[in-house]
Formats: sequence, C-alpha cells, structure tokens
Amino acid sequence: MAKVNMEGVAPKTAQVSDLIWKYMRPENMPHIWCPGCGNGIILREVAQAVENLGIDRNKLMIVSGIGCSSRAAGYIDANTLHTTHGRAIAFATGIKIANPELEVIVLTGDGDASAIGGNHLIHACRRNIGLTVVVMNNSIYGMTGGQYSPTTPTGEFGTTAPYGNIDRDFDIAGLAIGAGATYAARGSVYHVPQTVKLIENGIKHKGFSIIDVADICPTYYGRKNKKGSAVNMMQWQKDNSVTVEKAKNMTEEELKGKLVIGLLKEESYPEYTEEYQKIIDRFAKGAK
Amino acid sequence: MPKRVLMQGNEACVEGAIAAGMRFFAGYPITPSTEVAESSAVRLPQVGGHFVQMEDEIASIACAIGASTAGVKAMTATSGPGFSLKQENLGYACLAEIPLVVVDVQRSGPSTGLPTSPSQGDVMMSRWGTHGDHPIIVISPASVKETYELAARCFNLAEKYRQPVIFLMDEIIGHLREGVEIPESVEIIDRPTVENPTPKLPAYHVEPGQYVPAMAPFGHGQRYNISGLFSNEKGFPTNSNEITDQKMQRIMHKISDNYDDIVEVEQKYMDDAEVAVFCYGGTTRAAITAVEEARAKGIKAGLFRPVTIWPFAEKELEPVTKKVKKIVVAEHNYGQLLYEVERIAKGACKIDFIGKVDGTIITPDEILAKIEEE
Repeated sequence: MAKVNMEGVAPKTAQVSDLIWKYMRPENMPHIWCPGCGNGIILREVAQAVENLGIDRNKLMIVSGIGCSSRAAGYIDANTLHTTHGRAIAFATGIKIANPELEVIVLTGDGDASAIGGNHLIHACRRNIGLTVVVMNNSIYGMTGGQYSPTTPTGEFGTTAPYGNIDRDFDIAGLAIGAGATYAARGSVYHVPQTVKLIENGIKHKGFSIIDVADICPTYYGRKNKKGSAVNMMQWQKDNSVTVEKAKNMTEEELKGKLVIGLLKEESYPEYTEEYQKIIDRFAKGAK
Repeated sequence: MPKRVLMQGNEACVEGAIAAGMRFFAGYPITPSTEVAESSAVRLPQVGGHFVQMEDEIASIACAIGASTAGVKAMTATSGPGFSLKQENLGYACLAEIPLVVVDVQRSGPSTGLPTSPSQGDVMMSRWGTHGDHPIIVISPASVKETYELAARCFNLAEKYRQPVIFLMDEIIGHLREGVEIPESVEIIDRPTVENPTPKLPAYHVEPGQYVPAMAPFGHGQRYNISGLFSNEKGFPTNSNEITDQKMQRIMHKISDNYDDIVEVEQKYMDDAEVAVFCYGGTTRAAITAVEEARAKGIKAGLFRPVTIWPFAEKELEPVTKKVKKIVVAEHNYGQLLYEVERIAKGACKIDFIGKVDGTIITPDEILAKIEEE
C-alpha cells in the first residue's frame, strides 16, 4: 500500500498563472464563484495534479453535475461535460466504458455527490470503475442560497435549517469506503500541496478513487454559522486538521470536530472496464 | 440469403439496434422490457460492444448519454415507471443534441399499475414527459419484423438529427413471438462529425444549410463543453436571450422542417374508405382484422396507422378527415392521440373512440362493432 507522506510534502508546483493559461478557458472567465469561495483552489489542485502527471488534455475528460462545484467543468480546457444534478458519476461511467483510454475526473459537490447522486456514488465505488471523483465539500447548497446539505454538521444552520440542523451529517469519504471504494482520501483548500498529491495518486490509482476535499463557503455556510471570513475558515482548517497517521493514535473524543487529512484507504482490486474487456475477448466473434 | 428466425419483439429490438450499429446498452430490469436488457447483455460483448446494468433508471439513461458523447451508438430500455424516471435526462439529450435511443415497452399505469398488461398510456409522456419545450421523435412498431427494422431506423434518425428517439413499443409487441426474416443488411447513418478537429473549432457551430452541428466525439482533440444549460457555439453556458432563441428555434426546426423524412404512415384499404380506423403499435393487429371483416360485410373500411407517433402525422391525416364519414380511434389508453385526431379533423368527420384501460387487449370484434355503429 503506497503511503502519502504528509509531512514536508513538496510536489512540483507550477505558477498558478501558468496553470490558468494552460488548463483553463480564459474566455469563459470571470468565473461565477463568490469572493472567498474555495472552489477555485480545488480547481487549481486538480489542474496541478493533471500537470504533474502530464496527462494529454485531449484524453482528459471532466464530468460534473449541478451546483457551484459543477460549473468548474466549463472552465477547464479539456473534454468537459456538465450534466444534470447528481448524475455526473452515471454519465462518467458511460464515457469510461465507451472509451477506457480517457482519464475521467468527476467534479462534484456534497449535495450533488451524496444526496441526489448518492446512489450513483456508492455503486461506482462497488463497481470499482476507473473514475476519479473530487468532491468540493462545502457543507451547504450554495447555488440555491444556503440550504443545509448531507454534510452540514448537526446543530448548524442553513436557510432550511433555521432552528438548527437535526440530521446527522455524512462522512463522504467514509461512505465511499463502506461502499467498496478502493482509494479514498481527504484533502482541503488549506492543505494545497497535500491535496494535489492525493488527487494525483487518485488519478493514478487503478479503479475508483475519491478525494473528499473540505471546501469553504464563506458566503452562505460561513455567514449562517458565524464562521467569519474566508481567511478565518481556512485558519480553522489549519488549526483543526490532523493527519491520518496522527489520527490513528487519537481517541474518538479527541477526534471530535477534527478534520482528518490524508490517504484513508488504498487497495488493489480488478477494475471494471478491464474485467468487461475480458468478457469481450472471450465471447466476441472470432475471439479465441 | 435472408435468415428466417422465431423471435420475440424485445429481442428483435436488440437485433435491429445492433444491425444499425448499437454498441452500448445501459439498463435496469423492469417488466415488460427486461428482455431488451437480457438480450443486450448476451449479444453486445459478442460484437465487441458493452452492456452495463446500472443502479437505477436515471443512471441508465445518464450512462447511455455518456457513452454517446464518447461516440458510441447507445440505447437504454424501460417501461412505464422507469420511463417517468428517465424524463429529466431525456430533456438533457434533447437540448445538448446527443444521439440516443430510448425504448419504452409500455405497460398499464399509472404508478406500478399492471406490469404485465398491455397499454399505450405513455403516448403523451413520450411527447411531453420532460420539462420545457423540446423536439422529439417517437416511433411505434406493430410486429416483430417491424420492431427489427424500426429499431434500426430509430438509430439512423437519432444520429442524423443528433436527437434522442423514443422507440415506443408496447407489451403486445414486446412479448410477441413471430417469424422474422432478418435482412442481410440495414441502412446505417452515422452522426455528422469533423475530420481533424482542433480545440478552436466551436463544436456546436452549424454550417448554413445544415440542421445539426458536426462535432467530434469526446477524446478526439476538439475539447469542447456540453451542458444542459443554454449554451453558445462552444457549448459554454450563456444567459443571452438571442442565443437561447436561436438554439430553441434550430432544435425545433431540425425536426419540423424534416417532417417528410421523419414521419411514416401506413394506410390500408384507404382509397375508397368511408370509415377509417386510426390505430398504432400493437393495436394495429386487431384493427386490420376488424377492417378486413368489415370489408367482407360490404363496409368500406380502411386503416390509418402512424408508424411515427411524434411528430404527429397531420399532413397525411388531414385529407382523410375530409374524405371519410367517420374515424374510429382505437388505442390502449383513456384517449391520448384521440385529441390529436380531433385537432386535425376540426369537426370534418365523426370521431368514435375505443380505448381500454383494464389490462385486456382490444379485440377485432370490439373495433368492428364501432365501425358498424351508426
């Protein structure tokens, strides 16, 4: 099992402006995200991972759903498919099966991936199909104006939880692991170099991979819950995160309210499209 | 030599689709369309294609659309409840202009209804099921042989017009077994694409005189965006009312302007007919018998049957309404295309209706009785 060393990570880092000119569609800027939104940082983390791996953009397929997160697809100069709410993984599954040569990355949000699209998420994990899912997890429905999502912590507020959220919140990476994901990691918008490495390894991983990225939404989640500015929210990520390695020696009590960052799971299992190819090889006319 | 085989309607659908180039199927089990998935699972790997059973109906159509964007001819199949679930993504494919065939083997509804009983209750849903105005092509077969041929035609229309086509079957035809002569080959039309695409080429640009964009599949160097939002030529979302209007006009006109290419009608004994039976799909079989029995009794009866359900065959029907004394509309629902017939007739002839919603089949005797009614 390959381990990500979270201490002193120093991956190759291009200038942000170089990444913009190389991987973005400047003609589609400015983007629609609010000041202080973390989505741009995650977009950069993805672009950096792609750059580090030297992926041919003609073979790079970005699929997204609906929500703030999903507008990211249109900004990337690759093959990009902006689909319907919650369904990005299902569309991506069709693309990957139809053309396994494509490097398929799904950009999605917490609501898109784990509420309306929860069924597709768990079944893609189970199938172990070669997709890389990056979740821009800001714990709120931002596009529609701040409603609580499956990852809004219990007791916190949203426009549809005016008296405090009584739902329990999902751990999306944990959900994916439970559903059989063979690669699961958690990053953040504060831990950029680490998250780049986690996405990079997720893309390289054979089979399904998910990188649950703790995002910030100062406009809705932050304001509704008095979390302060974008800087305050990133400071919170810095002050309250622990590495996977460190978390192993901590009690459940100590881990309460902490953001565990790093590689959560990696294992080897046959990838879906390769397994299907074996069926074709056996049963196609003229096959031996 | 054409091969003659005994085949079920649902199986013929798959064979016709494969003959036309279908190499991808995503589905979810549902009665009475399950055999479409089962046959696809057996047959597709044999021709180098892919079958995938998805986690639900919504995923199935999404997956098929995804495969189509990668350049593979794709199909999904379902029945009533599943067809309801697929509607949102059907609209996505209409707006984004992604070729796709959606099979709906109709069963009695609403809700879970009578899963194994015949119905034609999805006719209006096939036209208006997804939200918003949109173009659609719907085709309905009346025999197993036709199911083979028309499945291929669905693919050709889908590719030519970059348009989802609904193959509106019914339980009668889906589960019917008949002898079918398999043609040695079928006509195959491929979607318009571009040679040597560059990232600079706007994917949704439509050349003057053309109805649809020629775009390369994903992964061939063009690097464009596809969205379910109204978008510009590069596929990037826009709020421009002008671009929105142009796009809507174009996707509606690509179907309406090509009416003659898309709409197919079968007319039998209509030359001197005084009473016409209007029917389609599985109901056609009882109607033909009723018309022939009426003829044997000296009644000048004829059969008018749209093969293409949508766009509606108004050009062909309009003169009929002026010629006959009466039209008997026979369909397995509470009256759906009945309203279209009334709309075209504008009171020019009498219109009688026979519809059944109890799960049993309309018999020739019942239609004959309506023909004979004064």
